[in-house]
Amino acid sequence: MKESCTITSYCTIRDNIAIHDGRLLFESKTKNFNEFASGLYRHSGISYPKFHKMDNLCKLGFLAAEILLKEKNLSYKYAGDEIGIILMNSSSSLDTDRNYQKTISNRTDYFPSPAVFVYTLPNVVIGEICIRHKIFGEGNFFITEKFNPSFVFNYISQLFDNDFVECCITGWVEISGNNFESVLFLIEKTGKTETGIANFEPSEIESIYNRK
Amino acid sequence: MEEKTGFYDRLNQIISFVRDVYIFADSIITPLGFTTEDNTEAMLAGRSGIRLIEDEKMSPVPFYASLIDSQLLHNRFSSFGDPKKYTRFEKLAICSIKDALSKTDIDLSDSRTLFILSTTKGNVDLLETDPGDERLYLWNTANMVQRYFNFRNQPVIISDACISGVQAIITGARMIRAGFFDNAVINGTDIISEFVLSGFNSFQSLSKGLCRPFDKTRDGLSLGEGSGTIILTADPSLCGKIRIEAGEGFSTNDANHISGPSRTGEGLFLAISRILKKTPIAIDFISAHGTATSYNDEMESIAITRAGLQNVPVNSFKGYWGHTLGASGVIESIMGIYSIRNSILFNTAGFSEPGVSNPINIITRSESREIGNCLKIASGFGGCNAAILFRKK
Repeated sequence: MKESCTITSYCTIRDNIAIHDGRLLFESKTKNFNEFASGLYRHSGISYPKFHKMDNLCKLGFLAAEILLKEKNLSYKYAGDEIGIILMNSSSSLDTDRNYQKTISNRTDYFPSPAVFVYTLPNVVIGEICIRHKIFGEGNFFITEKFNPSFVFNYISQLFDNDFVECCITGWVEISGNNFESVLFLIEKTGKTETGIANFEPSEIESIYNRK
Repeated sequence: MEEKTGFYDRLNQIISFVRDVYIFADSIITPLGFTTEDNTEAMLAGRSGIRLIEDEKMSPVPFYASLIDSQLLHNRFSSFGDPKKYTRFEKLAICSIKDALSKTDIDLSDSRTLFILSTTKGNVDLLETDPGDERLYLWNTANMVQRYFNFRNQPVIISDACISGVQAIITGARMIRAGFFDNAVINGTDIISEFVLSGFNSFQSLSKGLCRPFDKTRDGLSLGEGSGTIILTADPSLCGKIRIEAGEGFSTNDANHISGPSRTGEGLFLAISRILKKTPIAIDFISAHGTATSYNDEMESIAITRAGLQNVPVNSFKGYWGHTLGASGVIESIMGIYSIRNSILFNTAGFSEPGVSNPINIITRSESREIGNCLKIASGFGGCNAAILFRKK
């Protein structure tokens, strides 16, 4: 990698807790994702009616991005087309695919819904985050069995090296029923930021991902 | 991708030598044929894969679509593999990759060869028959294909709605350019099941007849099944007399709406502009997304005009084999490359009278014409857009 980059923020949501830059932000005892997500949404203090229309994968990614970007004022620093969003997960949109399948499984009770169908694509979570934060830059959704720090590093490095992005949101957004996990990272060029969590390197990405 | 550890690999990365990426081989499977040549022959004879289908299992009402004959696929696959081991989706992808590979001698077990799979829905048809099947996970699907061919590297899987195929080519070319790999085998495949059909129907985006891209009377898209494989290489000596480069491509987002394109064509305009800035040459031909939905075609006409390309010949291939979703970007890029290689522009099947507010130069009749480059564009749900340039080098 030619350009040195820094992880300037991260957010971890799993095991019913939300962590921002190492600090515990929110905790819930519920075993239900929707209750957890609603709780975190209220805790975040935002008002964004579109949130309630989203499927669970989008809700999870959206909330993680809210926390990640909350104090960052990205729009002051970067044009919308300088920011990229590169996400990945294991099960694509299978969680919502299963819900959609229920609406067509019975011919006597057949009610395919466009509002559900549109979420049977994993990259829609990128679209939702772009709409919320006015981001127009590079986007890509990869499917990988497990989170792969080396892949993240290699792919994002070439985006920075070629100046395709000046800033990048990346990470993992996975949900299956009430099992959910999202770890998002904000990556910026080292010269463009005074603060940082860690150098943007595979080992640091891995270590933050594994941090309890 | 493996992290580089060798000294020379590191050195290569540090000096990051500029290298171009070339098209090595390709293959298209649609109802029009099992190879690129079979497809183009059928297209020049004016045939389309789209027809009226009455199949209670797929839809309560008859529909127009371009579907691959399952028996033909089964027979073709049986000539070299065990059809019982693979799903319909996997058979299709394997047939296409095998055909493309037959024109090359690249070593798949080499760590310098990358395999990319692009799809929107993979084996989603299994949800109905076997909802617990592990192959609903796309990485399991990709692993089946990887193991069949003995690819050494973990497959990279891209799922970006209808821009997946273009994104896969952009990604493969970037990985080679960055020095991570020397060759990339890129496959885009999607099949049509009740799942996909009912979804597009619920959006009221299916045409009542054959789709009519950019036409005044267009009323929606026709879905299609297909698989396309494109093999990229950093070695120009492999590519024969006419060398075609997979140039830079970009993806962007409208940041506007998840199920409708931007009224100003914002994201697509931005993607095209980035290409024109990076490679400031006159564009000879645009292979549009051209799904034949009212909104998509209108948006593309706006973005093309905003980019100053309103006089460039444009077509949509969707009238030939419908919208093949995650395969479309790969299949239609291959056709753009074929157009450059064989000096031929294909018409926009289904089009007769202009029906977009910005008058763009729709190709109405297939003709011989020497062209040096092709701009491939695509847009999809989630507000995503992508563009890539192919050109003679």
